[in-house]
Amino acid sequence: MSLSPRSRTGIVVLAGGLALAACGGVGSKNATSQGGGSAALTTMGFGLPDEIATTRVDAFKKAHPEVKLTINQGQFDEQAFLSSVASGNPPDVVYLGRDIIGTYAARGAIQSLDDCVARQNIPMSDFYPAAQQQVKFGRKWYGVPEFYTSIILLVNDKAAKEAGVDPASIDTSDWDGLAALAKKMNKVSGGKIQRFGFYPKLPEFLPLWAKANGADLLSPDGKTAHLDDPKVVEALDYANRLLKDQGGWTRLKAFTDTFDYFGDKNPITEDQIGMMLTEQFLVTSMAGTSPDAEITVLPFKDRQGRPVNYAGGNAWVIPKGAKHPDVACQWIKTMTSADTWTAAARARAAKRAQEGKAYPGTFTANAKADQAIFSQVVKPSGHRPYDEATKTILAVQDKGFVVPQSGAASEFRTAWLDAATRVMQGRQDARAALAQAQQEATRAIQAAG
Amino acid sequence: MARRLSGRPETRWAYVFLLPWLIGLVLFQAGPMVASLVLSLTDYDLISPPKFVGLGNYAQMAQDPKVARAIANTAFYTVLHVPLAAVIALALALMLNRVTGRAAGVFRTVFYLPSMTPYVAVGVLFLFLLNGQAGLVNQFLGLFGIDGPQWTTDPAWVKPGIVLMSLWNLGSTTIILFAALRNVPRELHEAAMIDGAGAWQRFRSVTVPMISSALFFVVIINTISSVQMFDQVYTMFFGNQSAQHSYGDAALFYVVYLFQQGFQFLHMGYASALAWVLFLIILVITVIQVKVGNRFVYYEAEPQGSTELESR
Repeated sequence: MSLSPRSRTGIVVLAGGLALAACGGVGSKNATSQGGGSAALTTMGFGLPDEIATTRVDAFKKAHPEVKLTINQGQFDEQAFLSSVASGNPPDVVYLGRDIIGTYAARGAIQSLDDCVARQNIPMSDFYPAAQQQVKFGRKWYGVPEFYTSIILLVNDKAAKEAGVDPASIDTSDWDGLAALAKKMNKVSGGKIQRFGFYPKLPEFLPLWAKANGADLLSPDGKTAHLDDPKVVEALDYANRLLKDQGGWTRLKAFTDTFDYFGDKNPITEDQIGMMLTEQFLVTSMAGTSPDAEITVLPFKDRQGRPVNYAGGNAWVIPKGAKHPDVACQWIKTMTSADTWTAAARARAAKRAQEGKAYPGTFTANAKADQAIFSQVVKPSGHRPYDEATKTILAVQDKGFVVPQSGAASEFRTAWLDAATRVMQGRQDARAALAQAQQEATRAIQAAG
Repeated sequence: MARRLSGRPETRWAYVFLLPWLIGLVLFQAGPMVASLVLSLTDYDLISPPKFVGLGNYAQMAQDPKVARAIANTAFYTVLHVPLAAVIALALALMLNRVTGRAAGVFRTVFYLPSMTPYVAVGVLFLFLLNGQAGLVNQFLGLFGIDGPQWTTDPAWVKPGIVLMSLWNLGSTTIILFAALRNVPRELHEAAMIDGAGAWQRFRSVTVPMISSALFFVVIINTISSVQMFDQVYTMFFGNQSAQHSYGDAALFYVVYLFQQGFQFLHMGYASALAWVLFLIILVITVIQVKVGNRFVYYEAEPQGSTELESR
């Protein structure tokens, strides 16, 4: 710290935030009419990084040339969003993670989309059930799902072969065998990890480990936490032991902080990871950056040998106080419809073909769109690992489960994430950490009502 | 009476110079401060109207283990950072004071330059430098056969790592102490030398007392800013959602927790209560420092009433 003009008090940090809330906002201030065919739309949390985004945005522009579109590019920022809602000048439509929609719905920061869905005839039943579940709160629609992320096991074939294993035969339902294989794949020298055998993706994939052990973190109605369920404790304990046996969390985290996941020097091609649980988008990205990588993509199986998939993704929501809810609703419909998705997929396929790279497909939350994309657009690329990966990812899509939506979704998530982190850091054992998380979660759920 | 109101000319001028800041304080800070005091007695989520809960937020703080953790983390950092910053900045200032001629300006600029780096950039930079597996700090330690710790991920080493990072921004402290050193009258040193005082004795008995007011100032200001530590820590360990949970609460500083409560969980009332308790903590620490400091600090000012005597 220094003496620069930071001699403000703690209050000022908050007060400054409140002042920001009072004058902030990213919405279109000069709105001329409420909804209807008014001529402006402001988005938040969405960017235009590639043709998947631009093709769909172009489709909207073509269908609605009268709308003055302002895309505030960048990731969703909770603080900016809430400040804009509190100031009464929110964006018209927001792109954010589906898992915390409950928190915003319960607090009235976003509005129900029941009207929008009815008026625009958005076919919600076309979406995967797990995605539908995430955008529903208190029996009302609060969002329309966009992408659909699936969790798969990504194997670095070189590491598997060195461990004397056929990558295709790896089976995550055998926890003892998995632990032994992780150790075999692991390489540590001079206190430094050279290759991490198996990255179980704690703390963020705790729900998946619990599910694999037959437990859910939260009751289906989102009202009762089950974080102290012995099966959750056992799952966390196991996944944490995997980390311990391979050099420990503190080393692994420092190691993973150096990874360039989405570049051509990603941890698989750099042989820094033996195998890992990951969202499928790492695989689709690798198809672009490392088309010749030797990988195998497998479903993650529970202890009974059934594939399980902790599904997720983003959704479009309309904030409370949005000036152009009708235009926002049209936008949402366009961005998530099967036709637009298919057009975007065609653009991506053409680009990848031109570059001589594989295109494993675009995995949307709209099952109808996926049907069209994978029957009409995605063709075998000749890059066998990616063609096989596409099949595996498609096969696990309907095995998706989510943590049920809750009015305390954000606090609930924090409770279990923090518990897993305390365990990994060796500050608490799994039982104590999850007992504490259970208390925190229960308090938050009660407070949210 | 009129004379008392208008005060001495120096006082009047002092107020004139303070005026821009005072206007800013009243306009931009006093209002939000009063608002946050009122909000601290409510349950407020930014979106629905505040609900009055009396001292409920303050009672909740006493039960919240994360508040205790945040206070402990912040205290640990402050106790390490403030003395280290003062000692190292003084050492740098002493070195600067010995450089004369053209090089002096160059060195003063170079010493101040790190302070020009935005805090966020410093946070990101040190996240790389301190990385336990690939960071330059551990590579440097490796040259001496030391197997460096996991600065950014081992809860036991996270705070020492943050202290290390904080020493990057010593430019302002150094410049203030350097200015104070320049003001130490040479005659005092010469007189001490004639009396046979060595370098260390002169430093202890002449330099330190003569710059004690500046030292006192930097200690107070650094303490306040340490207790309010936010930017770099937030950038390093809480910058995105996945980072927030991967590092745990080893770096959960008080203002970070306040920010999380306010803007992540929308507990604005609770965050306001946290802010007011922080204000009281800073107030108490500063009062103690002033009381203790008054015994040791030498102020170079005219004795009170001297102007009046002269004017008679």
